[in-house]
Amino acid sequence: MSVDWELFASSFWPILQGAIIGTIPLTLLSFTFGLFLALGIALMRLSHSRVLRSIGWFYVSVIRGTPLLVQLFFIFYALPNLGLLVDPWPSAVLAFSLNVGGYAAEVIRAAILSVPRGQWEAGYTIGYSDTQTLWRVILPQAGRVSVPPLSNTFISLVKDTSLASVVLVTELFRVARQIATFTSEFVLIYLEAALIYWLICLALGGLQGVLEKRLSRYVAH
Amino acid sequence: MSPTEPTLPAEPAPLLEVRGLRKSFGDHHVLRSIDLTVRRGEVVTIIGPSGSGKTTVLRALNGLETPDGGEILFDGGPDIDFQYPVGSTHRYALRNRSAMVFQTYNLFPNKTVLQNVTEGPIRVKGTPKDVAVAEAEALLDRVGLLEKRDAYPFQLSGGQSQRVGIVRALALKPDLLLFDEPTSALDPELVGEVLQVMGELAAEGWTMIVVTHELSFARQVSDEVLFIDGGVVVERGAPAQIFTAPTQPRTAQFLDRLLRPFH
Repeated sequence: MSVDWELFASSFWPILQGAIIGTIPLTLLSFTFGLFLALGIALMRLSHSRVLRSIGWFYVSVIRGTPLLVQLFFIFYALPNLGLLVDPWPSAVLAFSLNVGGYAAEVIRAAILSVPRGQWEAGYTIGYSDTQTLWRVILPQAGRVSVPPLSNTFISLVKDTSLASVVLVTELFRVARQIATFTSEFVLIYLEAALIYWLICLALGGLQGVLEKRLSRYVAH
Repeated sequence: MSPTEPTLPAEPAPLLEVRGLRKSFGDHHVLRSIDLTVRRGEVVTIIGPSGSGKTTVLRALNGLETPDGGEILFDGGPDIDFQYPVGSTHRYALRNRSAMVFQTYNLFPNKTVLQNVTEGPIRVKGTPKDVAVAEAEALLDRVGLLEKRDAYPFQLSGGQSQRVGIVRALALKPDLLLFDEPTSALDPELVGEVLQVMGELAAEGWTMIVVTHELSFARQVSDEVLFIDGGVVVERGAPAQIFTAPTQPRTAQFLDRLLRPFH
């Protein structure tokens, strides 16, 4: 079997374009929204209020306990039956954000718990409120601990966005499928798509290293 | 002197009154009924076996622990009766009167030495940044740590960390300094540098409550010593009396064990 390098070259840009207009913005938006949601859910799970704790627990349980594909289909195909029509892009962003929110909530909760209790008390003794202690003392330290596991979530999300192709969002994998169907060069095109995903994730792995190094400047080596 | 003329108080007015302080964790009564009076400029030392409740008293005074009952009354407020729920206004007011020096320092590892000290004044007290920095540098200088202003806590020895811990508390200009076993986590050769700073603060007239096992320090700087065991004040008095002629057998037993551990 010979490799059709010409097709490889001519299809590379369209697939990469799918990444640039679809995969990457979809990932960045969903991760940002998801992270804020996750912080909220994590704080609910750590709250003194039993009601908030239960809501947080229930949310995480549902998100982790159901397939992402089902969540995506529910938002895009089932909600219209309930009178709620959501466009492809918002559907995808919503589904991925909610999903990241559930997984990252557990990471953030664990990271917050990993900061010694004495740090809260030191914040209180200098007169900080709960919120000030959280933002100025606890989260910076929790942030450092959560970089590796959140990088996992982030990298998973890059690949999970390929599911958006089934709700008609133009992204990397949807473009690749179209080209593969059109040319019948499934091996080449899908390997090419996989390669581009891998390159994106390689770059992210590098960023993770830089971030970890930067955040550990105040830790003994 | 006519009988109607008011007599001058022999001692300065109390800064702090604690009455009947109680605290339980589940079935465990950590504090049964603690009374305590601290006058301005006084150094009160609390001694007692571990688990006796001495640390809990300090933590309650700083609003880190909420007692189940009893009162904490500061001259100038707040006056808190713990049989009622404590609102956040009261809690902040309470924390505002005192500052805690922790056994394990609890410096903020993500902030430099200088930031550790200026954080409270700038963010909580609203001190202008240049003023807060100048004050922090002066305080660091007096404990011999000015050159460490830009270091992170992990670059400090235990003794240096605790001196920063003390400076962080001083920078808040509290009326009352609380020391929770400030030298217990230190290597023996580093204890002296911390005790020396504390001794200087006492001599300067800071009002202090110190929980410690350093008996000779307690004896030198305290105005009053409290021996707490089982959540009650078993005995209180001048250091000379407590250390040389304790009236309670439990006090004598505790001191004996501390002074002659291999007896």
